[in-house]
Amino acid sequence: MEEKAIYSRPDSLTDRPMHYCPGCGHGTVHKLIAEVVDEMGIREKTIGIAPVGCAVLAYFYMRFDVMEAAHGRTPAVATGVKRVLPDKLVFSYQGDGDLAAIGMAETIHAANRGENISVVFINNAVYGMTGGQMAPTTLTGQKTATSPGGRLVETMGPPVKMCELLNTLDRPYHIERVALDGPAGVRKARKAIRTIFEAQRDGKGYGFVEVLSPCPTYQRCTPVESLKFVGNDMAATFPLGLFRRGGERIDA
Amino acid sequence: MSRKFRVLINSTYCKACELCVAVCPKSVLAVGRSTTSKGIHCAETVAPDSCIGCKACSDICPEAAIEIRVEGDGQDRK
Repeated sequence: MEEKAIYSRPDSLTDRPMHYCPGCGHGTVHKLIAEVVDEMGIREKTIGIAPVGCAVLAYFYMRFDVMEAAHGRTPAVATGVKRVLPDKLVFSYQGDGDLAAIGMAETIHAANRGENISVVFINNAVYGMTGGQMAPTTLTGQKTATSPGGRLVETMGPPVKMCELLNTLDRPYHIERVALDGPAGVRKARKAIRTIFEAQRDGKGYGFVEVLSPCPTYQRCTPVESLKFVGNDMAATFPLGLFRRGGERIDA
Repeated sequence: MSRKFRVLINSTYCKACELCVAVCPKSVLAVGRSTTSKGIHCAETVAPDSCIGCKACSDICPEAAIEIRVEGDGQDRK
C-alpha cells in the first residue's frame, strides 16, 4: 500500500548533522524554527542572526540566510537588517550568555524600542560552549565550573529572569516562556515561535520567546534526566507561560 | 481498521540520546544493539505494530532524525 510521511525532517534544515551534544535543546529549537519557516512558506524572506555560543554555527544548519553577530550584539544587527529590509522576517537566536550577560543592554534597548523583530532565547542555565561556567540564569545552588559549591545568592545574586525583566517595558508585543521538558513542551515552543513570527510578519512588533532548554553535558545528567531538570528545577525558578500578549501584560 | 504507522530513524543524524525511547507511550522504540560507524547505539524500532502515530518521538528528537510514515494518503491526520 502507498505510504505518506506524516512527519519528516523540515526542508529548511540542511542535510548536515548538527555538532551539538546528544540531547541538546539547540537542535530541537533549530528544528522548530525550520518547521515554522516551512509552515509559513517564508524561507526566501527569512534572515536569522546567529549568536556567539554553542549555536555560533547555526548557519550551517538552516537553509535560509543567517548572519553572524558579535557576541551579544544580535538584537542590534537584527534591528539594522530589519530596518533596511522591512519586508524580511528577521529573528535573533541567542543563548543565555549572549542575551542575558554580554548582550543585556542590546536586548533591553531593542525590546524598549519595540523593534519589529523576533527573539528566540535559549536558556539552559549554564555556559555551554566555554565549558559549563555559571551563567546569569544559573539556578540558585546549581553547581557549575565557576560555582563549584553551588550558586550563592549572597555573592553571585539570584538568577536573572528575562521575561519578567522585559515585561516591565512598555513596547514589547509578545513575551512567552516555554520549556523543552517533553513532547508537549516542544509543541508549545513551536506554537510560541510561530506566534512571534506571525506578529512580526503582521508588523505588530517585538516578540520574545524564552525556551528553557536541556544541556545534559553541563547540567551534569543524562538527556532524559535533563528533561526533568528543565521541567521541574528550571520551571520552578522560571515560571512558564505568557507574560505579554498583543502588547498587553498578562497578570500572573 | 487501525492504521499502520512506520517510524524511520536516520542513523546519520541519531546521537543515541534516547529521548525518543523515553517518551514513546507504546514502547515502539529501543536503544539498538548494533553499533554504528560513529560508535553509537542508534535507536531502532522494536515494536512497529504498536505505533499510534502520536509523533512524540519526532517532536522530542533534537536531531530531526525521525520520519513517521502512514499507510494511505495520511489526509485525516497531520
